[in-house]
Amino acid sequence: MIDRDTWGEIVEIASRNKLRTALTGFAVAWGIFMLVVLLGSGNGLAHGIEHQFRDDAINSIWVSSGRTSMPYKGLQPGRQVRMTNDDYDEVITRVPGVEHASARFWIFGNQQVTYRGETGSFTIRAVHPGHRILERTKVIEGRFLNELDLAEYRKVAVIGTVVEDSLFGEASGVGKEIAINKISFLVVGVFDDDGSEREKELIYLPISTAQRTFNGQNRVSQILYTTGDASLAASRAMAGETREILAVNHTFDPEDMRALFVNNNVENFQRFVAMMSAIRGFVWVVGVGTLIAGVVGVSNIMLVAVRERTREIGVRKALGATPGSIVRLVLAESVSITAVAGYLGLIAGVGVLEGMSALLPEESSFFRNPEVDLGVAVSATVLLILAGALAGFFPARRAAAIRPVEALRDE
Amino acid sequence: MIRLRNLHKSYPMGSGSLHVLKGIDLDLGRGELVSIMGASGSGKSTLMNVVGLLDRFDEGEYRLDGVDMSALTETQAARYRGQFVGFVFQSFHLIPFKTAVENVALPLFYQGVPRRERNRRAAEFLEQVGLSDRAHHLPKEMSGGQQQRVAIARALAAQPKVLLADEPTGALDSVTSREVMEVLQGIQEQGVTVLIITHEHDIAEMTDRIVHLVDGRIVEDYPTARAGGSQARPQPAAAAGGEARA
Repeated sequence: MIDRDTWGEIVEIASRNKLRTALTGFAVAWGIFMLVVLLGSGNGLAHGIEHQFRDDAINSIWVSSGRTSMPYKGLQPGRQVRMTNDDYDEVITRVPGVEHASARFWIFGNQQVTYRGETGSFTIRAVHPGHRILERTKVIEGRFLNELDLAEYRKVAVIGTVVEDSLFGEASGVGKEIAINKISFLVVGVFDDDGSEREKELIYLPISTAQRTFNGQNRVSQILYTTGDASLAASRAMAGETREILAVNHTFDPEDMRALFVNNNVENFQRFVAMMSAIRGFVWVVGVGTLIAGVVGVSNIMLVAVRERTREIGVRKALGATPGSIVRLVLAESVSITAVAGYLGLIAGVGVLEGMSALLPEESSFFRNPEVDLGVAVSATVLLILAGALAGFFPARRAAAIRPVEALRDE
Repeated sequence: MIRLRNLHKSYPMGSGSLHVLKGIDLDLGRGELVSIMGASGSGKSTLMNVVGLLDRFDEGEYRLDGVDMSALTETQAARYRGQFVGFVFQSFHLIPFKTAVENVALPLFYQGVPRRERNRRAAEFLEQVGLSDRAHHLPKEMSGGQQQRVAIARALAAQPKVLLADEPTGALDSVTSREVMEVLQGIQEQGVTVLIITHEHDIAEMTDRIVHLVDGRIVEDYPTARAGGSQARPQPAAAAGGEARA
């Protein structure tokens, strides 16, 4: 459609009005630049928040106990709620829709862990096998805990990569005996985690073994489970049901928010998703608005240019130019100005995002990897070409409607 | 080549309309050099626009090289225009930012002639009007006479059957006018029908035939001395009684 001659003419015309072309192009470049930077920043925000969710199952509900804050059935507020194995069993059997579940039993403080003279101090987390899914633990060697470990109170441990490195150095830890508080455990697996470094300094033990070995009786610190593909409403119902069960078992007011903390990640994530789509929508509105301002500028300039060239267009028509070829000439000029300027804006925008990325601290959690993906670049490009065509449309129509008789009339 | 029968054209004007051409009958043969004379407002420019397919007509018949030219779309009109008709204007209308050779090559561009061939032919036509040495000059670097010769070369580039010239010498002095007329006479000899609008008698006398237009009608149509006609002007039937001429 655009051959070498049309190109030549566009370059010629654009360079005859350098300042005007540059200013017009700048408006479009600025529009695309803003769009890209805003979208990239939006993505950075989204990545930051996704980062917060990265090492936990998004569809999970976390329950931990607190202290009552309301009097209930003649009982004073201020009682500590202590969850037990029975609570855990009841929750996972009675709450409908529970998929993977685990309780956690915290052993207070770090424990001395020894292997052949190497010693370290690590946190112990005693859990059910389902914990692997909930925490998105990645077993890289050996296996995770299983039901048999719990049923038989086996003294087995799954250790984090940091633990393995500090106790065993280069060698593998699987199959070796370590001592936790002078009690011997067999390492059956090594895991990695996408979360923070601290997640890799953990040692997982079967909850049954840990309760027995570390004098935990039947105490449980946390109950967590995934909700499968439950909707937001269903997950809320599950959280409510959980609260009801524990309120009955421990005699506290179900309305007492301090007695039991139920953290619904489905709800959190949903809120985040809604927020992100609102931000994204806002960004598009602002960006596209800026771009439209640029496009209107191009359209205006093209109208002026067509008016200036009325006589020339009349001559072209007298020489056999069809209305179609005139429309093509104007559209091609408009699309080229927008495309070239827009492309420069795109590059500048991406450059700024890259710069931002490079300057951000590694562990920044609310703003990460501001970037535009291929999809955005493609939509921006399509948008540009459409914008150019739109900007050229009215001027082109006016140019095509020029009547040579009038254009060529001698003053 | 050109055959007009009972051609009518009017322009809407306010509530009514302005009847400009009131039944034109005209035949122009191949290779004729004809001038159209008439006072301003007599309809000569409108006639030329209609013949040049720049404007439509309301009624009557127009055949160009045997092809019916009524009810053309804009695109069809543009095609025939490029194929059949070349224009020369009083104020040249060269495209100011294109060199002479580029101006001459432009009609060929719209005919879809490949670039190399286009430039070769443009150079040829420039040579024909004696301006080979000005090929890469811009219009503003040339005299009026030279510009008009470039315009003629451009009109010829697409090898039209009809060349229409609207006051081609109107902006030129008498010496260059004569030069331009000689170029036009040379074109006639190649078999192109040339139609010139002019109000200058001595220019008209350099053509073969003069058609007088008054108030949208042809009142006189006679050969000049150049064509071997007598100076006695035969009265056309349509305008019996004769009219005074300036």
